[in-house]
Amino acid sequence: MEAWRNFKGTHWREDINVRDFIQNNYTPYDGDESFLAPPTEATDKLWTRLQELQKEEHSRNGVLECETEVVSGLTAYGPGYIDKDLKNLEKIVGLQTDKPLKRAFMPYGGIKMAEQAASTYGYKINPKFSEIFTVYHKTHNQAVFDAYTPEMKKARHAHIVTGLPDTYGRGRIVGDYRRVALYGIDFLIKKKQEDFANCGSGTMFDDVIRQREEIAEQIRALEGMKQMAAVYGFDISKPAVNAHEAVQWLYFGYLAAIKTQNGAAMSVGRISTFLDIYIERDFNEGTLTESEAQELIDHIVMKFRMVKFARIPSYNQLFSGDPIWATLEMAGKGMDGRHMVTKNDFRFLHTLENMGPSPEPNLTVLYCSSLPEPFKLYAAKISINTSSIQYENDDVMRPVWRDDYSICCCVSATETGKEMQFFGARANLAKCLLYAINGGIDVKTHEQVGPEYPKITSEYLDYDEVMHKFDLMMDWLAGLYVNILNLIHYMHDKYYYEAAEMALIDTDVRRTFATGIAGFSHVVDSLSAIKYSKVKVIRDDEGLAIGFESDGDFPKYGNDDDRADDIAVWLLKTFMNKIRKYHTYRNSEATTSILTITSNVVYGKATGATPDGRKAYTPFAPGGNPSYGAEKSGLLASLNSVAKLPYEYALDGISNTQTISPMALGHNLDEQKHTLVSAMDGYFDKGAHHLNVNVFGTEKLIDCMEHPEKPEYANFTIRVSGYAVKFINLTKEQQLDVIARTCHKCM
Amino acid sequence: MIKGLIHSTESFGAVDGEGIRFLIFLKGCNMRCKYCHNADTWNTEGANLMTADEILDKAERYRSYWRDKGGITVSGGEPLLQIDFLIELFKKAHDRKINTALDTAAQPFTRDEPFFEKFNTLMKFTDLILLDIKQIDPIKHKNLTGHSNENILDAANYLSEIKKPVWIRYVLVPGLTDDENDLHRTSAFIKNLTNVKKIEVLPYHTLGADKWRKLGIKYPLEGVNVPDSEKIKQAKIILGDETYE
Repeated sequence: MEAWRNFKGTHWREDINVRDFIQNNYTPYDGDESFLAPPTEATDKLWTRLQELQKEEHSRNGVLECETEVVSGLTAYGPGYIDKDLKNLEKIVGLQTDKPLKRAFMPYGGIKMAEQAASTYGYKINPKFSEIFTVYHKTHNQAVFDAYTPEMKKARHAHIVTGLPDTYGRGRIVGDYRRVALYGIDFLIKKKQEDFANCGSGTMFDDVIRQREEIAEQIRALEGMKQMAAVYGFDISKPAVNAHEAVQWLYFGYLAAIKTQNGAAMSVGRISTFLDIYIERDFNEGTLTESEAQELIDHIVMKFRMVKFARIPSYNQLFSGDPIWATLEMAGKGMDGRHMVTKNDFRFLHTLENMGPSPEPNLTVLYCSSLPEPFKLYAAKISINTSSIQYENDDVMRPVWRDDYSICCCVSATETGKEMQFFGARANLAKCLLYAINGGIDVKTHEQVGPEYPKITSEYLDYDEVMHKFDLMMDWLAGLYVNILNLIHYMHDKYYYEAAEMALIDTDVRRTFATGIAGFSHVVDSLSAIKYSKVKVIRDDEGLAIGFESDGDFPKYGNDDDRADDIAVWLLKTFMNKIRKYHTYRNSEATTSILTITSNVVYGKATGATPDGRKAYTPFAPGGNPSYGAEKSGLLASLNSVAKLPYEYALDGISNTQTISPMALGHNLDEQKHTLVSAMDGYFDKGAHHLNVNVFGTEKLIDCMEHPEKPEYANFTIRVSGYAVKFINLTKEQQLDVIARTCHKCM
Repeated sequence: MIKGLIHSTESFGAVDGEGIRFLIFLKGCNMRCKYCHNADTWNTEGANLMTADEILDKAERYRSYWRDKGGITVSGGEPLLQIDFLIELFKKAHDRKINTALDTAAQPFTRDEPFFEKFNTLMKFTDLILLDIKQIDPIKHKNLTGHSNENILDAANYLSEIKKPVWIRYVLVPGLTDDENDLHRTSAFIKNLTNVKKIEVLPYHTLGADKWRKLGIKYPLEGVNVPDSEKIKQAKIILGDETYE
């Protein structure tokens, strides 16, 4: 076949197997960044225009325009371009709506939320939709609330479980968008039709019925993708014949996802090495130059920078800064031991130089110390200059997810095209500890939310008593939490099924059930305080513990002190094991995470004072990070503590965000790069999972908060717990929270 | 087993020797430099007592970050005041294949015994010296630090004689160490040394001032600003600090 000329390997030709295609055809690159090309004139023009639009968006409270008349769908709109006058410059085309940065109307997650999102920014959805999506067609949100138990509603209201995907799309499903380029849509439809023919033996159990319906939906979505591409004048029924088509075809696959779903995380996946194969083939055939290759990558990245969803205010508080987690991976190693760094990995990182820093796409380096040194140094350089990339440990993920996994949100791995995830937000374990002390009564609302177990009544907390009661309360929470998620995902499958994404995933899909933990460091330090010092309880008139006093002299998580860190390991293992006891929807595999995005602020706000000395209703530390001010032994001690958490108990990820003053890394860029690489080698060799690297001083953050209008801050990007944001797009509260975090420097 | 008088340790230092360093701050110093940013290390009160092995066990928790370059750096305070402990620490560090660096102002240095023999022993286990030259002019040095610089410059010469690798560090303080003539004299002195691997001009900063206040001592440099970038550049050019941008 013309499209597959000069490609090697056999398995992938007969069956859908992109991994096999990659392993047979990619070219590892051991050199440095000197081959890279600057932005083309077209890139400069388009990016300038897009920045104007972004500026206008920012000046309009963060939303340029909302759709009010058209329900989003694959073919809801005609073609859209960054600028009609510049459309011939756009190498990669396709927008979510008819205009750049315009937010689509997506009612299936919940009509009320879609209306509220629009009205927040001064738009009114055509009232007919309210009737259609309440009287004639149910939404996911309504379905979930139809079925919730009173206990679930209470727990949700009290924020002991929170951030649940019951008011927004669950996201975290990465379609294998590469399949569109490699196989073309017709081949994918043919394969799905075969699956349909082989689905069930004729006996209609509900899982068979459901799967048959889902495959039919997927085939319909694939047909829709072809029509969507045709709107832009492309026929994607057949495989891509060159690099330009491969990038465009792949983007159409992703575009189908973001036109039909507004999931919290809409990740792109591991596309860099794959696309490099096409670029290398064109190079060998003399039909593409480096400058043209870079332009393709710059232009698809520009598109990823433009993805927008209309969100409600409470969502924005949870996930601040308008993120969509267009997470995109590079590097890593193959099962055969070859590294998978290609020239294209450099090109994706180089977009941050060609077009400046940006939170999206969420560029993720699958790191291990044995990657080629020039690549590690280049990534470090980009980190130091832009603070826009994150690192995840390929050495701990590869044994679990093999060598073709993607990151499906901020930090969670998923095998590309083979798996999907039931995203589960977080359980607030710090609040759970307070429930253990207060017999299930919430100190904020004085409601009996948890089971009515006996309160602790002693003046000083006794470690054994607290541990026993905490254990019981975690049992309750784990069970309730899993069941809430079972219910949510049942309804999501039923009312907001991701047909376009699932069409690009194997029919026989593996499912993970991703629970999460919030308030992690505060529970660890609280238990340490109770164990290693005396903690006195301050109670209100009703006998509820509303405050705690200790001398503060106890080991804290984040200092490489095993006394505290052992409690951290215990907590993770204990919670995970409790989750595992319960049945999970569609026999999914339960996992957990210690990552909070920016929701650490909201969770903290809902949670009373904790025995570690954290004041009532103040932010938690984010993700797996140690608590504010707890780290007293420097950056590496902090990294060592986090590295002790066993990844196999937190397969959904452990996020760690560190901010380092550039002068602490070295006197010049060369020293700084080498220091950062050494630090990451050391950290990941210890088995740690994830690291967000910010390189700047707090002075810069404070200045940016006070002078957001300065041009140099328009794209000032920082890493926050598993993703990147433009600092000016955070709420003031979030900005203060980021500033409060430890900035590591050693003078 | 000798115990060191330890002020504190820090897991991450990237500008105090080659690569990533585990930093050990010792208590005690006889100098009273007006710009000292570790005034809380002057006396030995409240020191933590630790053995060499205890410190090295702690340091080794960070070995994976050192790669082929990093190691430990002892600073202070003035580490040479605890030379017996230093010898034990660095000898044991070398036994464990840990790179050693010593950050010193060399104030205790003398060619008299018993110090000199001990110093020579220490040098056997020392991979790099970070040597502070505070002031080239003897009178100004005395005014700045309360001590003569005669033996300090002699230490520099001796290290050159034995070819011990040295980084020279020079703290640039407006009005105290930034006189152009002094800089030229310092430069001439350094040029005569054969063992200098690097020269670092460290612009004075005020981050240490708070420690003085906490100790209830009047900060002598109240009102002295950090040097401007033009002065820093000039000093770097004169002293031959090429590594800085």
